[in-house]
Amino acid sequence: MTTESLIWLIPLPPVLAFFLIVLFTNKNKALSHSVAVGAAFLSWLGAMIVFVRALGVEHLGEHPFESSINWLPTGETWLKIGVLVDPLTAAVLFFVAWTVLMIFIYSIGYHNYGQPAGDHDHKGLPPHGATVEEHGHKRVVPSIEPMYSRFFAFIGLFAFGMFTLVVSDNLLTLFVGWEIMGLCSYLLIGFWYGKPSARNAAIKAFMTTRIGDVFMLIGIAFLYSVTGTLSFREIFSEEILHTLASVPTGVFGLSAAGLIAVLLFIGTVGKSAQWPLHVWLPDAMEGPTPVSAMIHAATMVSAGVYAVIRMFPLLTAGWHEGAALTPAMSFVAFIGAFTALFAATIAVAQNDIKRVLAYSTISQLGFMIAALGIGAYIAAVFHLITHAFFKALLFLGSGSVIHGMEHGVLHTGNHNVDPQDMFNMGGLRKKMPITFWTFLIGGFALSGFPLVTAGFWSKDEILADAFVNGHMVVFATLAIAAFMTAFYTMRQITLTFLGQARTKEAEHAQETPFTMTVPLMILSVFAIGYGWVGIPEHFPLIGGLVPNWFHEFVGGTLAEHPPVLEFNIVPLLTSLVVALGGLGLGWYVYRNVNSPAEDKLQINVLKNKWYFDEIYEVVFIKPALWFSEVFVSQWMDKGFIDGILHVFGPATGGVGSAIRNYFDIPFINRFLGDGTADATWWVGKNLRPIQTGRIQQYLVLSLIVLFLVGGLLYYFLLA
Amino acid sequence: MDFFNTHLLSLILFLPTIAALIMLFLPGGETKLMRWFAFGASLIPFVLTLVLWNNFDLNATGFQFEEKYTWYEAINASFHLGVDGISLTMVLLTTFLTPLAILASFSVTDRVKPYMMLFLFLETGMLGVFMALDLLIFFVFWEIGLVPMYFLINQWGSANRDYASLKFMIYTMGGSLGLLLAVQMLGVLFGTYDLVTLYQQWNSLSADTALMGMTVGTVKTIAFWAFAIAFAVKVPLWPFHTWLPDAHTEAPTAGSMILAGVLLKLGAYGFIRLVLPLYPVEAKIFAGWLAVLAVGAIVFGAFGSLGQTDFKRLVAYSSVNHMGFVVLGIAAAGLAAGTADAHIAMNGAVLQMFNHGLSAAGMFFLVGVIYERTHTRDLNQFGGLFPLVPVYGGILIFTSMASLGLPGLNGFVSEFLVVRGAYPVLKIYTAISMLGLLFTGAYILKGIMKVLHGPLNEHWAHGEHKLTEINTREILVMVPLMALILVIGVWPSWILEVINKAVVALF
Repeated sequence: MTTESLIWLIPLPPVLAFFLIVLFTNKNKALSHSVAVGAAFLSWLGAMIVFVRALGVEHLGEHPFESSINWLPTGETWLKIGVLVDPLTAAVLFFVAWTVLMIFIYSIGYHNYGQPAGDHDHKGLPPHGATVEEHGHKRVVPSIEPMYSRFFAFIGLFAFGMFTLVVSDNLLTLFVGWEIMGLCSYLLIGFWYGKPSARNAAIKAFMTTRIGDVFMLIGIAFLYSVTGTLSFREIFSEEILHTLASVPTGVFGLSAAGLIAVLLFIGTVGKSAQWPLHVWLPDAMEGPTPVSAMIHAATMVSAGVYAVIRMFPLLTAGWHEGAALTPAMSFVAFIGAFTALFAATIAVAQNDIKRVLAYSTISQLGFMIAALGIGAYIAAVFHLITHAFFKALLFLGSGSVIHGMEHGVLHTGNHNVDPQDMFNMGGLRKKMPITFWTFLIGGFALSGFPLVTAGFWSKDEILADAFVNGHMVVFATLAIAAFMTAFYTMRQITLTFLGQARTKEAEHAQETPFTMTVPLMILSVFAIGYGWVGIPEHFPLIGGLVPNWFHEFVGGTLAEHPPVLEFNIVPLLTSLVVALGGLGLGWYVYRNVNSPAEDKLQINVLKNKWYFDEIYEVVFIKPALWFSEVFVSQWMDKGFIDGILHVFGPATGGVGSAIRNYFDIPFINRFLGDGTADATWWVGKNLRPIQTGRIQQYLVLSLIVLFLVGGLLYYFLLA
Repeated sequence: MDFFNTHLLSLILFLPTIAALIMLFLPGGETKLMRWFAFGASLIPFVLTLVLWNNFDLNATGFQFEEKYTWYEAINASFHLGVDGISLTMVLLTTFLTPLAILASFSVTDRVKPYMMLFLFLETGMLGVFMALDLLIFFVFWEIGLVPMYFLINQWGSANRDYASLKFMIYTMGGSLGLLLAVQMLGVLFGTYDLVTLYQQWNSLSADTALMGMTVGTVKTIAFWAFAIAFAVKVPLWPFHTWLPDAHTEAPTAGSMILAGVLLKLGAYGFIRLVLPLYPVEAKIFAGWLAVLAVGAIVFGAFGSLGQTDFKRLVAYSSVNHMGFVVLGIAAAGLAAGTADAHIAMNGAVLQMFNHGLSAAGMFFLVGVIYERTHTRDLNQFGGLFPLVPVYGGILIFTSMASLGLPGLNGFVSEFLVVRGAYPVLKIYTAISMLGLLFTGAYILKGIMKVLHGPLNEHWAHGEHKLTEINTREILVMVPLMALILVIGVWPSWILEVINKAVVALF
């Protein structure tokens, strides 16, 4: 099969799985998950083949795999859609395929496949456990998810959205995949729709990202109308970029390229949960944990960053390495750096194991966005990929922890214990060794533990780029954020795994089945190993031992290969200090903390996420509801418009009765109608006396009339 | 066979009426027979439309399958029918939706015979508007369509039906008064009502000719608004929209399906067939005003929908919101006539008409399904129904997503085209309409949340109130709609090419 047709096929298996499960196999759980995992495997296989073939092409950036077809007739021309695999796509496809496959496999264990149906489980609520009798005594075991098949259908569609987005050669199908993922995140965050919190979180996620999406849609329309195409390679031709960069728009001093890039970027702000549209992502934790991994690593938020990376030539149009940032770039860099720090401050004060990770995702995405803002293209792609691996690992690990804790909860039967609260854990390293070691790897990668972890290499590259190119504010902000990242990650590891168990439930936690631990192990390989493909050439001691494949390969995507960064010791030292310092401090502070009360950082403003939810509620949501429920529905439509319409009824009625009362009745009826009759009657009555019956009188009258008529005739006609 | 080929349009047009007249002589007590006869009869025009679609020559310009008969010789009005790509799409929509609406009405038990007959008459009325190439015929069918719908609402509607049916009838007729006058004026001026001739003669009038003591410009401006208001009421554009929530809410389920699915399109079709070709200059001058009304419909329609607590009213307002995009596209096409932007915007507008027909009909039907079982439309009474009716829930989410404009389904393609076409010429308006698009999401999600999501609803879960799952017949109504929604979303060019050719030729 040609590579091009293979690329077309990559997104299809998961969507076929979606339809198969929804329409046919949903009653059979084993068949449903087999279909879904099989589909993910096929996509994975296709992606790997394409990846390997892509590696074999020299100058793939200039001669990518591409193929397109006519999709929409637009007047005399067609809007084409198609697929494209250039180095960037190949690299992204690689991590997406791996993480998706791992998450699919993990979900089997997570949803308790093979366990009995629950005693009181309802569709729309998480399973509560089933009672089984063994050797004469009863015990409670985890029960299988009641909507097991549905889950696999949904993540299948989700994977389809992501694969579509990645292989797209144009903004339109990218947007299609983008929005399908929006739907899937809605469906999956609200998977347990019976929980009001999950239901609300789902709507919040969809609506918040949709704010970004409508800006993006305008951006796409704008771009399409000025360039006449949506295909990446056509837009990124030097000629078009140059034109776009030199046309001013009059909006905040942005060029057309800048304005389009900013509009598209706002879509990413929504999708990748950047400040100020970050509010949905932490709430998205309401979904089952594999979904969190899906959203946070494999698909959705990565898609947001991927879109900016894709649009990098547009964002940086008119800018060259070393020059001052364009207004659009400064904006992007500001949002990214601010978000990185802002989210880190919140993560420090969270006690829910998944929420800490959620804020760390927002913060890490901020790193990537900031990197793109300062023009550090390769560093951003690198961090996107390493982050996807270690964040998928961390989320799946946290799911494993929660699963283990739920085991404990079922054992003790005390359902008041929140299995996600880290203060209820402690000492889990002994109970769940595989989870512990893999989580440790993921956590260290996130913190940027020097040399061995992938996160170190990618984060270091961002810091180095910021420093060397003189973006000191960005550099300092990110360095502080990186320090906090290491700190809260170690806090999390310490509270969860180290020390002694703080509750009975934690004592009875259990390691999870192999379907969950094997994906963890595979992902930890990448969380470490993927860093080695991008070691800078000039790195002290080990630089140049392995070629910097990543820079060579991904850099080829751009028309101009980004130059190799010169080495500087300051950012390297900073990386080392913030990572090791943060980790050490995190361990030191939390090694003996046993309850929230002892935690000095439980500051209200941080715990409450700087009150953004409350502010938005008052400033946007309440007024919007008032506007629709009261102003539009009641005042405008029912009151004003219908009020005017309702005037017409009485008004025409009034005109009608006025005509009747003041014209018809007095004039037509009384005067003309009755009046004529009356007059005739009166005349008749008064003429009656002359009807005497005497011939002489009649003759005299005739004579008088004759004379009168004769006289009148004579007067008028003859005289 | 020859007769068949040369009279295809009139066959499609009058077969429903003939069937209705035959029904007159069938025993009215046999409800089953009535239903199946009406359903079968409405399928024939659909099959013929497929033949029509198949025989339609994509590359020919102008109208096809033309038929012309003497009709009112004294004033030179002829019975002139014909279709181009735009009207063909609308004919397909009408003949496709009518059988589904009739199938959806199988649960009606009250006076089935007149009910079914009215639907068939209604079909002829609607088809006539789409096929007419003579102004007077256009107007006749325009008004004829009102009558069956009036009775359907008035006789088979719910509690507030008298108010709603009267409002619907009077409002539309009142709006059409100006249209009638303007049509008469054109007839008197040119001695013909034939559209093809009028397009040409009316536009070739030199500007300094005096007409009835006024300049051509003034006369055209007045006539333009006379046409525009008639159609604006029908579409409906803000602020002429308040009849719609009332009429839709009170109409029987199938009535709402057709009302939203086809009748609203008559207004938009009027803009496309009459207003833009007859008044290209005025359309350009007043495009901004039209766009204001359209954006008003988009934004206030979305907010209005979000503010409802009645499920059917919520869906009804969504029609205002969606039809706003149609007119935004039309306004843009009027403004940018002759450019690629105009073609794209108009493609989007026509496709949006078709798409809205599918999704709105589906949504109204689904509201009807649940109303039939629960006898309430109050959203606050629902919630937590998903575990009870999973299949219904899935279908509702699918159709809602089509209505929301989810990429991959039909609504997105047309909305994207409209936005793309309108953006370069109506920047601010398009930007504001995004607010409506955002809140489209809000009301759709509100609908799903209030009906399906939430803790299991005990009230509808047990005993006499136990909610039953959507049945096979009801699924059969939805399947063709959903299939077409998906097909157009994934592969729109089969229908868009037909539209595109006509649009390029006309604008």
